Amino acid sequence: MNGAPSPAPSDGESASTLAARVRATPMPWLWSFVGAALVGLATAAVFGFAIAGNVVETALVFAIFMVFVGLGQMLVITAGPGNIDLSMPSAIALSGVLGVQWMKGADGLIAAGIAVALAVGVLVGIANYLLIRALRIPPIIATLSSSFIIQSVAITQSRGMPPPPPALQAFATGRLLGVPNLTWIALALSVALALLLHRTVAGRSLSALGQNARAAWLAGVKVERVRAVTYVLSATIAAFTGLLLAAVSGGAALDMGVEYMLISVAVVVIGGTQVTGGKATVAGVWGASMFLYLTNAILNAVGAGAGVRSVVYGLLIIAVVVVAGGRPAR
Amino acid sequence: MNRTLDRARVRALLPALSLVAVLVPIFVLQPTTFSYFGIGLLLNLAVPLVLATLAQLAIITANDLDLSIGPFVSLVACIGATLLVHRPLVGVAALAGCVLLYAAVGALVEYRQIPSIVVTLGLSFVWNGLAVLLLPSPGGTSPAWIASAMGYQTPLVAAPIVWSTAIALGAHLLLMRSSTGVRLRGSGGNPRAMRRFGWSLVRAKATLYGVAALFGVLSGLCLLGLTTSADANLALRYTLLSIAAVILGGGEFVGGRVSVIGAVLGAITLTLAASFLAFLNVSPDWQVGMQGAILIVVLSLRVLLQRRGAPR
Repeated sequence: MNGAPSPAPSDGESASTLAARVRATPMPWLWSFVGAALVGLATAAVFGFAIAGNVVETALVFAIFMVFVGLGQMLVITAGPGNIDLSMPSAIALSGVLGVQWMKGADGLIAAGIAVALAVGVLVGIANYLLIRALRIPPIIATLSSSFIIQSVAITQSRGMPPPPPALQAFATGRLLGVPNLTWIALALSVALALLLHRTVAGRSLSALGQNARAAWLAGVKVERVRAVTYVLSATIAAFTGLLLAAVSGGAALDMGVEYMLISVAVVVIGGTQVTGGKATVAGVWGASMFLYLTNAILNAVGAGAGVRSVVYGLLIIAVVVVAGGRPAR
Repeated sequence: MNRTLDRARVRALLPALSLVAVLVPIFVLQPTTFSYFGIGLLLNLAVPLVLATLAQLAIITANDLDLSIGPFVSLVACIGATLLVHRPLVGVAALAGCVLLYAAVGALVEYRQIPSIVVTLGLSFVWNGLAVLLLPSPGGTSPAWIASAMGYQTPLVAAPIVWSTAIALGAHLLLMRSSTGVRLRGSGGNPRAMRRFGWSLVRAKATLYGVAALFGVLSGLCLLGLTTSADANLALRYTLLSIAAVILGGGEFVGGRVSVIGAVLGAITLTLAASFLAFLNVSPDWQVGMQGAILIVVLSLRVLLQRRGAPR
């Protein structure tokens, strides 16, 4: 996958100095926050502060799911060119369905349900990694095939689903110090991941792997182990998200993860994580999630339909990646 | 040496073998399908998928991946069901515009050295959004000429087989046998060498993306002719199915190594897989999962043959 390491002089080198400036910024995540703040201010200017405040508040609940899936996808994308996890939506569906089934609507069984959901995540991650390793195929096709199978398992398990236990629902929609509980969880996870990525050997190994797998291997990084852990972490985060989604929306649905497949990649890219791997930014995922959610909200507010919103999303993603540029991936 | 050759040959035959492995049980389980109309019905939906697969193949030849082909095919179907019926000239212009846009995206991907996965991901939002704008709820009608073209009964052999064969041979000749085709494949296989020979990589990628768009347009129109109405989410599955079909057909993700005929066989195999599972009385719950399993089995076979045949 990572043959010719020497970056050939690209035709795009002379393209724009803007790109160079963006890439040179020590804080690539800053841009997504600037974008989010601008959209927030625009909302306030058009609709007044009261409504803008409301929008930001709902963003703290609903954009959080984008943050979760984005964090998982960020880890995988950081593992290097070609790495991507397409099985996230199906992992979300399966863990949501199985977790809720095991809880049987009873508060006493919440712990069991959470354990089952997380176990689903770990298993999915291991399966993904084994497929990638054993079949020596690009992760995109490995996670795609596994997602087909996971989806089928989820379908067979989805009959006669009880509602989530009341205590779980109350927790998922509850607040602590005025901030939604889910936001706290996402914050805790983000801090943990940021520490892991930037302060531990494991995190540095992941970055090294993403920048140049061969060099990382020569430097003594246990490449395969890092890759395996990355996929397990991503799938586990997806599984956890599935359970939370089921809790917030009052029940698990088979298609509740579908929209997050594209969104998860979008927030990672817009957030400033290097698409070709090797450089992650946790804060960027937050900024990008807020940015996308607020953009969505303001488009909604001015009466733009689903079509316009989708087109704007797409153009945003393309614009960001074109400005940020890339390096020869292979 | 001889053994290596044999393994390589088995490997090359794998797409055909998987098709036989799906087709024979169908004929055994349901002998009535072994007829002009039976085969026609079984393969009815193969033609659009074959075309979408060739679109994906063009992109994979360029060492890229297209995550937007499904939404694009849906958009084409929506344009066909609305603009092409009421204002044919505008419809044709819109389709031509889409093709040019695709080619421009190809040029952009090469020029800025950005990952195609992310760009086409963004494009998929754009196509889907445009389709929703054009056709907010399922509906529209197929232009009469498309419907009659898709309903045309070929003599002796069922129409889908005739179309698929013609498409496969045509694309094979263009991509594998023409000098332009060799050049395009070279731009995916060894870009640096091609550049040093003085060929423009930007132009090569723009061409391949443009070709992909052409196949996408054909696929969308075929699909519209078969379903006679469109929907913005009509062909979303095609993104993943087309990638799977190219891989089933022996294509590699890197190095511009692809097989047109293999990919066409792969697309037909995937179309038949659904009927195959239905005839086996596999519950509908497991049909998606079995497609994933089939993919994994074929890929494992390929790895086995590769490993024994030519250790790296």
